[in-house]
Amino acid sequence: MITVEKVSKVFKTKAGLVNGVENVSLSINKGEIYGIVGYSGAGKSTLLRCMNILERPTTGKVWIDGVDLLGLSSKELRGARQSIGMIFQGFYLVSSKTVFENVAFALKAAGVPKSKRKNRVLELLELVGLREKANDYPVQLSGGQKQRVSIARALANNPKVLLCDEATSALDPGTTKSILKLLKKINQELGITIVIITHEMEVVKEICNRCAVMQDGRVIEEGSTYEIFANPTEPLTKAFIQTVLSFELPAKLLDNCTGTLMRLQFRGDIAGEAVVSDMLQSFPVRGNILHGKVEYIGETPLGIFIMEMTGERTAIDKAVAYLKERVNQLEVIQHA
Amino acid sequence: MLDRIIEILPELNTAFFETMLMVGISLLVAILIGLPMGILLYVTDKGLFLENKFVKLVVGIIVNLIRSIPFIILLVFLIPFTKWLTHTTIGPLAASVSLSVAAIPFYARIVESAAREIDKGVIEAAVAVGASPWMIIKDIIFPEAKPGLISGLTITAISLIGYSAMAGTVGGGGIGDLAIRYGYYRYDDTVMFTTVIVLIVLVQFVQYLGDFIAKAVNKR
Repeated sequence: MITVEKVSKVFKTKAGLVNGVENVSLSINKGEIYGIVGYSGAGKSTLLRCMNILERPTTGKVWIDGVDLLGLSSKELRGARQSIGMIFQGFYLVSSKTVFENVAFALKAAGVPKSKRKNRVLELLELVGLREKANDYPVQLSGGQKQRVSIARALANNPKVLLCDEATSALDPGTTKSILKLLKKINQELGITIVIITHEMEVVKEICNRCAVMQDGRVIEEGSTYEIFANPTEPLTKAFIQTVLSFELPAKLLDNCTGTLMRLQFRGDIAGEAVVSDMLQSFPVRGNILHGKVEYIGETPLGIFIMEMTGERTAIDKAVAYLKERVNQLEVIQHA
Repeated sequence: MLDRIIEILPELNTAFFETMLMVGISLLVAILIGLPMGILLYVTDKGLFLENKFVKLVVGIIVNLIRSIPFIILLVFLIPFTKWLTHTTIGPLAASVSLSVAAIPFYARIVESAAREIDKGVIEAAVAVGASPWMIIKDIIFPEAKPGLISGLTITAISLIGYSAMAGTVGGGGIGDLAIRYGYYRYDDTVMFTTVIVLIVLVQFVQYLGDFIAKAVNKR
């Protein structure tokens, strides 16, 4: 649906030329929810803005639904933009227009006659759950409601793609959840491809099928969200994953730890607990789970446990070897 | 003193309407030409949807050029142009010409800065939705800047009332002319005080009205 090919964006600043985005190629499939994560300044926002040419790439190509966006005249580009919705961290509603008028403006921009606008606007407000707020002004709305209006505006012209620029970063966790739920519903019910820029790994975990990690204008890691969570390779990716799957053990506990400390990772359908109890019955060792949780990445569980094992060193080595064959990942953190 | 005021009333009345006429005409011209000019200055700015360095530069220079000439000098400088346009150089209509020329760039700059107050993101959101430049100007910039445009018009009107007094000195008529003729040349304090009071009341009223409308249209 979206193909970004060798896109670079160079900014001229007082300090000289700065690479906002450097040679990024991505391919986002139809119906997918795709996340792009990175710290601020990583170039993710610039990359997103290159996808609807709010920012014109210095080099490279951008296709959306087979249309080469950089080959269009400004009038054609305006037409193409009507099938690319976009929402922002700052909502950017027109403060002098009511909720209804804000959504209606998008239809007006697309040349929809006035008589047909009303029903469509009400339909959209129904979809985002704000029908009774139609005549309110943005100042009367909460952050979450504002974002819902901006989603309604972005969806007005039945776009194929929805670009979300830090859409939940200004919202509290509860509101973030409800907005993400709405985005998921839009994706599933309307089949709209969604690209989400965020610095919150929680958001990616919650709804993204695939994601890319950006650093210094480049994509450093890309893959299915599950793979990224289960097998991060780059240090930055690991740091991001840790914001969700944090397993910090208190230092005191580590000091008092007498056995071998290990980190076990179970994926998908492997029942972690059963494997551990089988192991304990087969080998003369004692196992003590210090920390553990099962996270659901999308629908698939990912279990991570920190276990302390005590016993004879040879028995421990055998038990570790046994576990290594049965779990997806085993990392010995420290031996006794 | 009261007798003197009653005596001067007909003349004061004429002068008042002359002032209103001068300010009214030049305000209208400011809206017709200054407003689009200010919008043009804004939308051709860097990073906006009609970015155009050349247009921005040329319009900017013209605006600065007129604004750098003190009004009293502009008044004299424009006499040939006024004569060509209105076939006369005296009376409120003739004075309106130079007042208008001064009002255009004055209001244009105010419009530009009022438009700059709009969050650029709001304009970007309109660009992202595929709106045409004209539609963005008409449906986004204009309503969003409305409170600023109205308070700007108030400022312009009050400055023009002040300028119109200067125009009075070269035969433009109006309240200022009255004050100069009687108060300055004939040492008639009663007339001078009366005109000053009229001007104070007028300015207060314009300011109050402007604030009231600006507040009424503000949805923020």
